Amino acid sequence: MRTVAVVGASLAGLSAARSLRKQGYDGRLVVIGDETHRPYDRPPLSKEFLAGALGEADLALETDGEDLRAEWLLGTRATGLDRAERAVRLADGREVRADGVVIATGAAARTLPGSAGLAGVHVLRTLDDARALRDELALGGRLVVIGGGFIGAEVASTAYALGVDVTVVEVAPTPLAGPLGETMGGVVSALHADHGVRLLCGVGVKGLSGETRVDAVLLEDGRSIPADIVVVGVGARPCVEWLEGSGVELDNGVKCGADGRTSLAGVVAVGDCANWYDPRLGAHRRVEHWTGARERPDAAVAALLAGGELEAGMPRPPYFWSDQYGVKIQFAGHAGVSDSVTVEVGAVDDRNVLAVYRRAGVPVAVLGMNQPRLFMRWRKQLSAP
Amino acid sequence: MMIPACRLADLPRGEAFRLDIDPPVSVFHTDDGEVFAIDDTCTHQDASLADGWLEGCEVECPLHSSKFDLRTGAVDAPPAKLPVRTHEVMVEDGVIYVRVSTDAPNLPPCVAARLAAGPA
Ligand SMILES: Cc1cc2nc3c(=O)[nH]c(=O)nc-3n(C[C@H](O)[C@H](O)[C@H](O)COP(=O)(O)OP(=O)(O)OC[C@H]3O[C@@H](n4cnc5c(N)ncnc54)[C@H](O)[C@@H]3O)c2cc1C
Ligand code: FES
Repeated sequence: MRTVAVVGASLAGLSAARSLRKQGYDGRLVVIGDETHRPYDRPPLSKEFLAGALGEADLALETDGEDLRAEWLLGTRATGLDRAERAVRLADGREVRADGVVIATGAAARTLPGSAGLAGVHVLRTLDDARALRDELALGGRLVVIGGGFIGAEVASTAYALGVDVTVVEVAPTPLAGPLGETMGGVVSALHADHGVRLLCGVGVKGLSGETRVDAVLLEDGRSIPADIVVVGVGARPCVEWLEGSGVELDNGVKCGADGRTSLAGVVAVGDCANWYDPRLGAHRRVEHWTGARERPDAAVAALLAGGELEAGMPRPPYFWSDQYGVKIQFAGHAGVSDSVTVEVGAVDDRNVLAVYRRAGVPVAVLGMNQPRLFMRWRKQLSAP
Repeated sequence: MMIPACRLADLPRGEAFRLDIDPPVSVFHTDDGEVFAIDDTCTHQDASLADGWLEGCEVECPLHSSKFDLRTGAVDAPPAKLPVRTHEVMVEDGVIYVRVSTDAPNLPPCVAARLAAGPA
């Protein structure tokens, strides 16, 4: 293999580039990213960066003086993958011929139809999004967060700490029921009420009102919630349009094996855009969490360099964390397959909990609120092959 | 100065003991029976490495999974970027002693700010 192109220059792309060098790949390495920034870390964008406690320099993922001997094509969007020519096509007309391709184009924030061009309406995915939102939050006012998922809840928590008046609107009866299940979703989202942040559940958003700037969020039940700032936190979609027609199989992102290999030889996918097969689950699952984007490139790169001669190892169960209202929330495993959840340690009312999800008595997931030590033990146990 | 930490017999293999000095230091007893001491606070944020996942000569931070090498203090991957200090360890009469490094520690910004502000 003489040239490898990594498409996407964020956590998964950088981790893949590092893995390539660490695993002895010595050839040409081209990293293509459509943002103009060097790789930066996203989790602080809804937390310390939004709060003003961290600056832009603190977000850098590379260490000082790090040199991967890569060609960085930043501010350049990939528009196609040509399987016959084995080339990545770029928006500016150039192309990069490569024997190996790592797809790491991540996900993009979903928007609300009809909200384009209305001032005061934000999504939060990129550094540029975070800067814009931070500047507006500094002016204060009434914030309405649409979507009670993790990003929405973190924005609400950070904005509350900044002294902003916050309302969260969630269409489901319980926020976070998808990732955490009804019971624990309710426990975690109760953090809002503890801090006087209004949470409106089970009601959809009909639209936004305002001429040039948003002034209210209109709900499907007829209510109108006054707003100076709106954050739309309704999830993300994988950035894979550029692969259409390439022969790479797409199904909720890029469909991959348990080692990131796609339907095309010499092409692997990692991070938020990749729908990996999970042997523990016996199904594919696209995981939008930091730790997967950081770790799975190691296995994908090994598979790429071995040219398919390698047995896929057992990946650790998906893991994510969230920080809300000063509480450290950690979760590992798959809540969706469980048939019971019990609080093993701590008390729900204290927001200090270690809860274990089981299926037919066997632990399949674990949730911690301010329980890093015990959580780690359970996570380790869940990861045992 | 040598500081007594705990008895070797009280620290099973695979476990860690946190020495509550300022900043705290942790002693690890590896599965191979070696004993190491490093700064307990992760260099990324306020997490205790004694709560982490010990495997071989590495400990994984309980919050965001950066791994630190117990022998050198080096960190393998983000989000942490700086190494932790390592400290000299001595076992005498069954007691583990730690000689705390005189280097400046790499404390995460939130903890450094708290220490600079002085005791509450
Ligand atoms: C605000 C926020 C907070 C988060 N907090 C947490 C948290 O607390 N815990 C947790 O576990 N996870 C968290 N996450 C999730 C975590 O950040 C993601 O899982 C991780 O960033 C995924 O990395 P990635 O490299 O796969 O994708 P991304 O980070 O999305 O990067 C993909 C990159 O590819 C670029 N790209 C897209 N299309 C193209 C193209 N055609 N050509 C070239 N480049 C392209 C994109 O611009 C982007 O720079 C958070 C995410 C956000 C947005
Ligand atoms: S606190 Fe240790 S890696 Fe983040």
